[in-house]
Amino acid sequence: LSEPVEDLLRRLAPQVLGVLVRRHGRFDACEDAVQEALLAAALQWPREGVPENAYGWLITVASRRLTDELRAESARVRREETVYLQDVEPDAPGHDDTLTLLFLCCHPALSGPSQVALTLRAVGGLTTAEIAQAFLVPEATMAQRISRAKATVKKSDAGFAAPAREEFDERLRAVLQVLYLIFNEGYTSLRRADLTAEAIRLTRVVHRLLPNDGEVAALLALMLLTDARRPARTRPDGSLVPLDEQDRSLWDREAICEGAALVERALASGPLGPYRLQAAIAAVHAEAASAEDTDWREILALYELLERVAANPMVTLNRAVALGMARGPQAGLELLATLEADDRVSGHHRFYAVQAHLLELAGEPAREAFLEAARRTTSAPERRYLEERAASSSRRSRP
Amino acid sequence: MLLIYNNPDAMTSLPKDELDGIFGTVDAIMSELRERGELLGGQALAHPSQTKTVRMIDGAIATTDGPFVEAKEQFAGTLLVDVEDEARAVEIARRWPDASYGAMEVRAIMDDGGEV
Repeated sequence: LSEPVEDLLRRLAPQVLGVLVRRHGRFDACEDAVQEALLAAALQWPREGVPENAYGWLITVASRRLTDELRAESARVRREETVYLQDVEPDAPGHDDTLTLLFLCCHPALSGPSQVALTLRAVGGLTTAEIAQAFLVPEATMAQRISRAKATVKKSDAGFAAPAREEFDERLRAVLQVLYLIFNEGYTSLRRADLTAEAIRLTRVVHRLLPNDGEVAALLALMLLTDARRPARTRPDGSLVPLDEQDRSLWDREAICEGAALVERALASGPLGPYRLQAAIAAVHAEAASAEDTDWREILALYELLERVAANPMVTLNRAVALGMARGPQAGLELLATLEADDRVSGHHRFYAVQAHLLELAGEPAREAFLEAARRTTSAPERRYLEERAASSSRRSRP
Repeated sequence: MLLIYNNPDAMTSLPKDELDGIFGTVDAIMSELRERGELLGGQALAHPSQTKTVRMIDGAIATTDGPFVEAKEQFAGTLLVDVEDEARAVEIARRWPDASYGAMEVRAIMDDGGEV
């Protein structure tokens, strides 16, 4: 067993926390205690070797910290109460609390950024400093966000149990959304690739715990298929390469194979959810040998289905691209026109980028639309790409 | 990023209790931002008279005293926040005292991420 210490700690973190919370309640105090135990292990184990029962070691150390903390607290409130902790069984009880922890961290009472931060710390086992670094915010800001999130969980009185049957699906959707958010934070940023790996790792854990859930499998597939393009999506100078210009030989074949197999199995199970459809779309792109070989009719059909199960203007925007590619730019532009009155999307840079793309396909002037998209994006590499397209578009349309 | 504009000389002539009220509001907003984990930073700027402007004049880079634009309302500082959406940033700007005395500008920050 030569699993690196850091990986081992990340894997054990939610299990140790789960045991403590189940025994003592007090998610906030337990979470602090587990972080301290992880820190102690990270310092000690590389020097002195990993203890034979790493799991038991962590539980013992974390329990001791928790006892100290609760004792100090009782002393503060002048209660004559001794906190007694029973000895920890040496072996893992074969019960995995990771999912319950995820439900707690993605509790609906928390804001999106708080769900993300708490999930990465309590389930991912990342330190506050690591999370702060990943999101480019000061450590003090992230520490506040996490302690506020823990206070909200405490106040909401959420017990440490899986959600009731009737709200299970909805709560699971919130968990998947948080995992996808973490993935996208990492994927769209060139400097935060660690987050994609962490999102994939956590989604694998959920998939292992809920192997028959098609949406979980599909989210994992979607992440793998998307991340497979990473080596091809930027040039060495940091500029972005659009999908149709990417060197497909750079794509990660292994990730594509795993993702495609997951999609295939997920599509066979139950009614089609939004992640299954998005993963299926990603698979069609991944399996095209070249941009010209892309089966746009298939993609269009999938977007039509996606719009039916999860209508939102961003999906319609993507359908306009697919429509333009499958049936000609004019059809895409007509669909786009129906979105003009929808202010959830009509002010978004993607709206103008899609418009520019379709106009160019139609052989019409696209410079203004590219420039409008460039003005509206807050991404530096996107702005650079869109400005370049605007420039080359005006060169081409010059008489 | 919230850009704060005000008239630096008008502020000093306000009565004491009005000034105390302004500082009280600022303190309250700052601790709220800190407590919610939204505050990334910020900087108050010295009086605009303590400004050098550097720019090209007649083909040479020249340094002159005073701000670039002679205006009643001057750039007075920044407040950097990480909030859930634009509406929350605008809400903070509306409550900030300089919205009543000068003006606040809410600007999005560029990042290095992206997808084309």
